[in-house]
Amino acid sequence: MTNMKPMSRDQMAARVAQDIPDGAYVNLGIGLPTKVANYLPADREIILQSENGLLGMGPAPAAGEEDWELINAGKQAVTLLTGGCYFHHADSFAMMRAGHIDICVLGAFQVSVTGDLANWHTGEPGAIPAVGGAMDLAIGARQTFVMMELFTKQGESKLVETCTYPLTGLHCVSRIYTDLAVFDVGREGARVIEMVDGLTIADLRKRTGVPLAA
Amino acid sequence: MIDKSVASAQAAVADIQDGATVMIGGFGTAGMPDPLIDALIAQGAGDLTIINNNAGNGETGLAALIKADRVRKIICSFPRQTDSHHFDAAYRAGQIELELVPQGNLAARIQAAGAGLGAIFTPTGYGTLLAEGKETRLIDGRHYVLEYPIHADFALIKAHAGDRWGNLVYRKTARNFGPIMAMAARTTIAQVSRIVGLGEIDPEAVVTPGIFVQRVVLPQSAAA
Repeated sequence: MTNMKPMSRDQMAARVAQDIPDGAYVNLGIGLPTKVANYLPADREIILQSENGLLGMGPAPAAGEEDWELINAGKQAVTLLTGGCYFHHADSFAMMRAGHIDICVLGAFQVSVTGDLANWHTGEPGAIPAVGGAMDLAIGARQTFVMMELFTKQGESKLVETCTYPLTGLHCVSRIYTDLAVFDVGREGARVIEMVDGLTIADLRKRTGVPLAA
Repeated sequence: MIDKSVASAQAAVADIQDGATVMIGGFGTAGMPDPLIDALIAQGAGDLTIINNNAGNGETGLAALIKADRVRKIICSFPRQTDSHHFDAAYRAGQIELELVPQGNLAARIQAAGAGLGAIFTPTGYGTLLAEGKETRLIDGRHYVLEYPIHADFALIKAHAGDRWGNLVYRKTARNFGPIMAMAARTTIAQVSRIVGLGEIDPEAVVTPGIFVQRVVLPQSAAA
């Protein structure tokens, strides 16, 4: 593994963006997934939904032109593209829950090889839990992608056989984009789709400790 | 003649009693009716149960209500934020009860109350800590959790324009929980930036029909 170079967070975002097709309705979770918006191919018309009530979300406004009644889920100022619209919260979550949203991209603490997701609560004593829209998005969108570093700072794999953190949803993640590899997960287990140069499937199996099909 | 306009924020919130359940619109500070909350703080009602997406941001609005020690319980989806220090302190001191609800379930339960439904089955939260001990059902191969409506005595919401019949339009993402909270509360108080004449809001564009709104107020500080 000495010659392999992990992808940067921007490279990961660009990789996710490649897999979002023309015409898709997409929700990007707060944090790392927000970066995907910067890499959506210009020749595709992709509509971003924000859970607080807009479709057709555009980029951040120029400094000084913020309108604090036009914000995204992370409470940052955004813009509305021509053709975009506003709606109330019940409609927004109907878009998720009933599968009108094609793809959501979420961050994660852990994902299991069968697609269980843990991304809302560490379960630590004294931690104040906050869930927001994570549970609705995870189980509602037609496809849920996760974007995360494969290992914690302590070197523990975030792709696991069984999540130890409290769950966000069961069997909801279909694909995981990491800094070292891309995986498909589901009822059949985890499969490696691609790896960074210099990494082998044997390395990945050894470091993650989970069964991986090639 | 029907005239739901009220002279001041103070008059609009005067009858909110101790122990009331109050929905407050807003996602973060967008759509948060600060002048109505300031009037509620001045009015003095306490022991309140509050329904909002968050648990206050910074020093204004809901954060100020919590800081003033008026909130016994909060029902919300996302309390912990970088600027939720007043909630964090009250929660850690055991002074405030938290009912954490996934955001879509919060919206659906509010909507169920406004629509007169007895309960809903929602797929969100199935198999998680937030559904522990709750009834579940398998319907057409998908698992659902039984959740009950959230009613309120009052809703305090922010709209852009309203007329004397209570018809409302909103502004951008400040709409968020306003329309569904208006339907779920027994008394809905809408703070607006403009009061317009009947018919000035295009009937095709009315977002909240006036039947769901009992009071419309243009606070001094909200005029635009």
